Amino acid sequence: MAKIFVFAEQRGNGLKSYALEAVSAGRKIADATGGEVIACLVGKGVSNLTGQLAKFGADKILVADDSQLAAYSPAGYSTVIADAVKTEAPDVVFFSASAMGRELAPLVAIKTNTSVVADVVGAEWQGDHLQIKRPVYAGKAYLKIAVKAKPAMATLRPNVFPASEKAGAGQVQELAVTLSEKDLNVKVIATEMKSSGRPELTEAHIIVSGGRGMGGPENYPVIEALADTLGAAVGASRAAVDAGWRPHSDQVGQTGKTVSPNLYIACGISGAIQHLAGMSSSKYIVAVNKDPEAPIFKVADYGIVGDLFEVVPEMDKAAKQLLEK
Amino acid sequence: MKIVVCVKHVPDTETKVVIADDGKSLNPAGVKFILNPYDEFAVEEALRLKEAQGDGDVIVLSVGPEEAQSSIRTALAMGADSAILLKAGNSALYDGVAVAKALADEIGNLQPDLILTGKMAIDDYGHQVGSMLAELLGWPVLGTARELTFTNGKATISRDIEGGRETVEATMPCVVTAEKGLNDPRYPSLKGIMQAKKKTIEIKDANLNQSGFEILEMTYPPQKPAGRIVGEGAAAAPELIRLLRDEAKVI
Repeated sequence: MAKIFVFAEQRGNGLKSYALEAVSAGRKIADATGGEVIACLVGKGVSNLTGQLAKFGADKILVADDSQLAAYSPAGYSTVIADAVKTEAPDVVFFSASAMGRELAPLVAIKTNTSVVADVVGAEWQGDHLQIKRPVYAGKAYLKIAVKAKPAMATLRPNVFPASEKAGAGQVQELAVTLSEKDLNVKVIATEMKSSGRPELTEAHIIVSGGRGMGGPENYPVIEALADTLGAAVGASRAAVDAGWRPHSDQVGQTGKTVSPNLYIACGISGAIQHLAGMSSSKYIVAVNKDPEAPIFKVADYGIVGDLFEVVPEMDKAAKQLLEK
Repeated sequence: MKIVVCVKHVPDTETKVVIADDGKSLNPAGVKFILNPYDEFAVEEALRLKEAQGDGDVIVLSVGPEEAQSSIRTALAMGADSAILLKAGNSALYDGVAVAKALADEIGNLQPDLILTGKMAIDDYGHQVGSMLAELLGWPVLGTARELTFTNGKATISRDIEGGRETVEATMPCVVTAEKGLNDPRYPSLKGIMQAKKKTIEIKDANLNQSGFEILEMTYPPQKPAGRIVGEGAAAAPELIRLLRDEAKVI
């Protein structure tokens, strides 16, 4: 009878894909144990998102809807979530390992006197505790951990746990919001969203990434064209970012983003360990590189040895033909 | 300004991971340890603040084994003024809460105006100690900073979020965690290295008796079956796309 509490992250009044993944992960544990899933929504004007949470498995949806929560504030959000966790006394609390979730989980953990296991890629209930799996040492090892702290608090790596529709009871309950001045001591004063028209890296199902082999910033349209044909995000290796060709927000790897898409196409990327740390959990990896000895071929499911400037446009052409059919 | 920089001694990313005989930890033999790169950004930022103000005190604080002194020396060689090591056991896969509590206890004595640390350590990817420390102190936290400025007793950072960027401000004192891009850390100068040798590292015992979890097993990542070279050059592209569609079913 495990009771699972899920922080359902929204930005701009839209649920993040990983919020639904976390709800689904909770549903799976609840079903295995005859337990329940409680989703928690925080923001302003977010009540319209409850239906979607119910559809993916939430039995109860706690809604903290308040103008003081319109802009994300770590102190304000963590206070509201911690109060809800104390009231509900769940066995498990899930956040996403997103910018927001990674910041909130530790704050809520201190407020509720528990610990956090971060960047979890596997979770199951074992009799009386949560057992999780998570990478360490840049993905060169995995830990299996029995979480003894109560509640068991974890951040789930995006794009790893499948989001699947399986209706929960979906009972909605409003939360009263009372914040002190201290809860608003951190303020987001500006948010600037980039609209490349492409999916965000951590949420993308397909990523086309370019490294040192791209030769310069002027050559990225070659991979952007393939990305747009496939509806993919565009990433970059550390070499390309350090050279100033692409912004740091595009960087995949240890000092950039950790991604787990269904398909990762590495173009002109040698496959240094820093890069592999950020993408080796992709379901399928394709490498295009002119060096047949490049380490990227060791982790790739499919590879083409050749000049990316010749290969990638042909891939784009073939993909266009196939997708038109 | 009195600045405390919290740092961790971690295995270099390039290190070959060999699991110890207990099946639960890293075999440290032959492993090169370094100052956690995100903490290096934090040290650099503290030094720049001190230099910009022409005055200040940069104190390095670490929880780790005896050997962590080598990483602390790196920070001292960069220019930090003094250091404290809270000595803990060898397995560095600590519970973040226990580490944050040990740091908070010590910081209670130091009374800094600002705490800087990396957004995460590259060994355990815990991504939590900075925020927990702030919460324990009752201070605001500005996480994953790519830019940091101070005006009228407030700290302002800019950081990446999914699909964009946000600007966040907090009252001082506060904790700021460093993201890559905050600065370009200096290499210790020869003079700095010589001076660091003369600086003392105060060593105390850390009390890390709390752990909210038990490590059951450490394993190597599952071996992927060997990949396939579809072909050479542009001629192989159509077959690759066909495989992605028909075999992998990902497009």
